[in-house]
Amino acid sequence: MKKGKRLSLLLGAIPFITLVFALPLVNRIQPTVFGLPFLLFWILLWVLLTPLFLFLAYRVEKHFDPPDEGEGP
Amino acid sequence: MSVALVVILAVILMSACVGIYAGRNLKMNLENWTVGGRRFGIILIWLLMAGEIYTTFTFLGASGWAYSKGATAFYILAYGALAYTLSFFILPVIWRIGKRYGLHTQPDFFIKIYDSRGLGVLVALIGVFSIIPYLQLQLAGLGFIVEVSSDGAISSNVAILIAFVLTCAFVYTSGIKGAAWVAIIKDVLMVAAVVIVGFGVPTIYYGGIGKMMDELITKMPEHLVFPGATTNMDVLWVMSTILVTAMGFYMWPHVFGSAFSAKSDTVLKRNAIIMPFYQIPILLIFFVGFTALLVIPGLANGDLAFLELVKKTYPPWFLGFVGAAGAVTAMVPAAILVLFGATLVAKNIYQSGFRPQASDESVMRLSRIMVIVIMTVSLIFALKFPNELVPLLILGYDGVSQFFPGVVFGLFWKKVTKTGVIAGILTGVAVVAALILSGNDPFLGINAGFVGLVLNAAVTVAVSLATHKGTSPDMES
Repeated sequence: MKKGKRLSLLLGAIPFITLVFALPLVNRIQPTVFGLPFLLFWILLWVLLTPLFLFLAYRVEKHFDPPDEGEGP
Repeated sequence: MSVALVVILAVILMSACVGIYAGRNLKMNLENWTVGGRRFGIILIWLLMAGEIYTTFTFLGASGWAYSKGATAFYILAYGALAYTLSFFILPVIWRIGKRYGLHTQPDFFIKIYDSRGLGVLVALIGVFSIIPYLQLQLAGLGFIVEVSSDGAISSNVAILIAFVLTCAFVYTSGIKGAAWVAIIKDVLMVAAVVIVGFGVPTIYYGGIGKMMDELITKMPEHLVFPGATTNMDVLWVMSTILVTAMGFYMWPHVFGSAFSAKSDTVLKRNAIIMPFYQIPILLIFFVGFTALLVIPGLANGDLAFLELVKKTYPPWFLGFVGAAGAVTAMVPAAILVLFGATLVAKNIYQSGFRPQASDESVMRLSRIMVIVIMTVSLIFALKFPNELVPLLILGYDGVSQFFPGVVFGLFWKKVTKTGVIAGILTGVAVVAALILSGNDPFLGINAGFVGLVLNAAVTVAVSLATHKGTSPDMES
């Protein structure tokens, strides 16, 4: 697998870790952030950060695998 | 005639006219009808995909779940972001295969990758059986929204009939482009309604979202953590549901097929990057559900929470505006669903299954006829059994999710075989159907669809390894 693809898959795994596998650890109300219970704040935070990770994945693929950007493995 | 009634009728008529107008200069062949000639840039793709994810379920269901089930509803906010993340990695590859071989539908993709028309017919059949309850839900939801928001001036059945005629008209004439254009109106209205109500009701009753949440945290803290107000949907259920819905979302035949409309693979990547922002309105919809819980507790049907609170708070013309937004929010996904349902029957059941020699013109003609047929079947269900297909819809969602291993292995694993994929899909669908219909969903606290998916993947791998003879499926590169 090309380096860019490998890095972009790692970046893409982050939202899965935070929005699925971390949920048992954040299932609580305190501390509240901006008035939101911690659980809801956590989910919202990572939903809003997902575009950032996908954008980085996009740049990384472009940077490391330039000629055939995004081709299959 | 009441103001609300005028607003609703004007908006849905205008939407249908825009949809019909969208196809005015298109010569209608399968390529233009189902995939818009593969010419959609990022704006139309965004509108189309947003049109598919924001359905009446989002509108009524997300507020209803926040109202009656509590934190469990948060899965709706989370799974979309993960569905888009998956799409970033798989849709561009699917698009390139579609472009190279001129594919129009999801079964086309299976037929090409696995060189098996039988597998294509199987995928098409599961697709159509999943689409019909989803379409029925859109029609029933539309009827319900229009009846409540016009204060009974338009009955549910009349609303469903009007929407039926208008939606058929613009799908028939303009195909996928009609749906994408109507999605513009839908998005503007829906986002406006959600923003106004989402910020409005907490402010009107509590002086702000933060203060409303404080009140809820004090009064019923247990509502805001898993399992919320449910007894069998704890954190394990939420985790497995997020995974299965994230993997299943792009496996819906209409969503999968829309990817072929993009003009390039890069458009799909860039779209995946921006799509998660579109989840923000769901948060506002939760706030409406929470405010309703504090202001009008005890509704027997939680799905009424959004509309009842709007009715109590705002003047009738605004209720009409929300009803119009809700109606168009049902018409757009309904249009895309029926378009792909019809194409699956004509192209992948009739042509692939029985008449490989049928011409494109006759497949196109049959697709158009099937639009009317599938809409009529869903209409009959919606009128006769407005509330009884929810288990079928869950079965449909869990059913299409079972395509995920076949798609991903087909793209990235050289040893997968068609026998493996057929065995996996049949196992997954059988497990899901058995668990849901016997009342065992969730199973040991886990979403039944996820149980099916795990067994499906295991069977696909085992059977593929056993049947692999050194021939690879048609890999992209």
